Amino acid sequence: MKFKTFAAFVGPSIFLMLLFIAAPLASVFVQSFQSTQPVLERVEVETCTPGFPTQTCTTEVKTRPLLDASGKIQTTTEWVGLESYANVLQLDRVGQALADGAPGRILTIDFWKALRFTLTLTLVTLPLVIGLGLALALAVNNATKRLRGQIIFVSLLPFIITPVIGALSIRWLFIGDGIMTAALEGWLDRDISMFAQGWTIELLMNFYRVWHVAPFAFVILYAGLQTVNQDTLESAIIDGASRFERLRYVIVPHLMPLIVFIALIHLMDCYRAFEEVVGFSSQAHRITLQWLTFDLLTPDDSGNRSISRASASAMLTMIGIVILLVPLLRRTWRDHRGA
Amino acid sequence: MATPKALRQPLSLQIGSAGFLAIWCLLAAFPIIWIGVMSFKSPVDAFAANPFDVVFGPETLARGNGLSLIDIVVGLVVLWITAKSAMGWLPRMVARYSPGGLIAVGWIIGALAFGIAFVLVFFGLLPILLDALNAITGPLGQPILGLTTEHYQTVWVENAFYRNFINSMIVTAGVVAISLTVGTLAGYGLARSGSSLAFWILIIALVFRALPHSVLVAGYLPVFINSAEILSPILGDNAPTLYGQPLAVIAVLVSINQPFTIWMLRSFFQNIPAELDEAARVDGCTHFQAFRWVIMPVMWPGVITTGLFSFLLAYNDFLVTSLLLDAQNQTMVPAIAGYFNRETTTTDQVEAVAAAVSITAPLFLLVMVFQRQIVSGLTAGAVKG
Repeated sequence: MKFKTFAAFVGPSIFLMLLFIAAPLASVFVQSFQSTQPVLERVEVETCTPGFPTQTCTTEVKTRPLLDASGKIQTTTEWVGLESYANVLQLDRVGQALADGAPGRILTIDFWKALRFTLTLTLVTLPLVIGLGLALALAVNNATKRLRGQIIFVSLLPFIITPVIGALSIRWLFIGDGIMTAALEGWLDRDISMFAQGWTIELLMNFYRVWHVAPFAFVILYAGLQTVNQDTLESAIIDGASRFERLRYVIVPHLMPLIVFIALIHLMDCYRAFEEVVGFSSQAHRITLQWLTFDLLTPDDSGNRSISRASASAMLTMIGIVILLVPLLRRTWRDHRGA
Repeated sequence: MATPKALRQPLSLQIGSAGFLAIWCLLAAFPIIWIGVMSFKSPVDAFAANPFDVVFGPETLARGNGLSLIDIVVGLVVLWITAKSAMGWLPRMVARYSPGGLIAVGWIIGALAFGIAFVLVFFGLLPILLDALNAITGPLGQPILGLTTEHYQTVWVENAFYRNFINSMIVTAGVVAISLTVGTLAGYGLARSGSSLAFWILIIALVFRALPHSVLVAGYLPVFINSAEILSPILGDNAPTLYGQPLAVIAVLVSINQPFTIWMLRSFFQNIPAELDEAARVDGCTHFQAFRWVIMPVMWPGVITTGLFSFLLAYNDFLVTSLLLDAQNQTMVPAIAGYFNRETTTTDQVEAVAAAVSITAPLFLLVMVFQRQIVSGLTAGAVKG
């Protein structure tokens, strides 16, 4: 294929990706070093109240935003260097907490709180997702042929459902005195409210993640199971391998590339976790990195969006993604050079 | 063929694996089915502590909304007939009456007509018929199961959820159409070119796929809000404010989706033998003609699968649409956040449940119809890559 034809085919897609992915990335990078603020002016205002024999007048200095000709608030943009990053990271408070010997206090700062939760969520759910996916794939492979279609249909539901609604549907089971809370209370014989403290919400959020992603792992591993070499399996049986040994030494090694693939996709997606926080309304207790940026971008009570802090937080999130991607990219590069 | 004895599994293992599957199916479907049940009950029943109260809805029944045994039986029979004819009769009719080459149009018209007919019969004709039937059958006609559609009426009619539905449809249809058009071209180009450049484009796309969407939105927001000023030197006074425009959101979602789309379509194109387009080229086709008239006709399964995933991305999106669209143009998923923000009464909550079920129902149908394509799409990227 000539370069010109190739360019004609790929062009529109590249153009879109450059315009809407690469360009925003660059602009976020620049924004994170800038700060846009309304221009304030200080004016002396004299307010008079009627009095006797003369009016009482007070003069005070007020700051108010300067308006331009069309009545909009004027803004200036200036370079602030790493100030936005410092605002997000709050390293002085981190240092203070370390100096006081109370590292737990670091987790009261939004960014570190979000980082802690995102990382635990990712690392706790990863083995669970792969384990459950593998167990499901093996069990479905074991089930009668007629039932497989139905089981796959039901299994796909948690994966396909809108994430926010998936989280909500689990939350509604537990909310207030919902049936699950009532059942737990009856079982444990104590008063439970799942949404009053952080760790119970975290438990539910972990559960939701596994529930939502396990079907994906299941479908891929199930497809992989269909290609297991039957001859190897049979020779393993002849060699006297037990069921577990066959799983351990024949099936799992065969599925290993798929497991690595699932792990990578899961790491990427879980690091971007966001919908849980919205669905479980957990922002008072647990937040994720992407939610932090989202929150900074949402207009606050006075209608301002803290774009520069959001950009800084977004760039910090990016660093994590880059760290996650480096091993993958190195492997692809090696494969490409080898090929 | 009987299984050899050595491969036969002990009973305990069989029971264990069957039990495990049963528990998983329950776990997977329960929350979704349960919100479906909740959405038809009065608030007191929907959030009752006793599961049987939620299912049978005594409070809903006491308020005069209920179904009798006859209602349930007749309703189920009608549903069953509908499902049967949707599987058997409808495809035959579509195949017979749609003109050659326009089978897709035939399907759209057929499905629409079928859906409208079902709604008319089920919600229009059936209640009148059943009311009469209940009145004359005595004890069988007594309502026993509490059920009410008032929350759906509130959500769709009073709260004008249909506007959000229309917005969702505009955004998803736009995203699917554009991202498939752009994506198939790029996917074909990438699959047929062995150059280093193609490799690097794919790698960069992989990096882009991993980006959190909030990072990108942080880049769009200031530009979109001020776009009228930024674009005015070029477009004059007609420069639009992109913030709040569905078209801008479509462009954004298409681009965010592009890396995934081209990876997936490329792997489908690679499955089509290159000899096919070589043959077409020998016969005098240009690259584009070969793509359009030889490759695309055998590519439909891959396109449908990728389209499904584009649909899911656009339909399920919360982050981009909630930040880039204003209240008038809001799509369904962010709109539901409005319900649980003003979560003051339990009635509001049940309305939120009804809205959630309304959003989930199309997805449910989608999995039913396209299960095979979804599975093949999931495995396409993984097994080969």
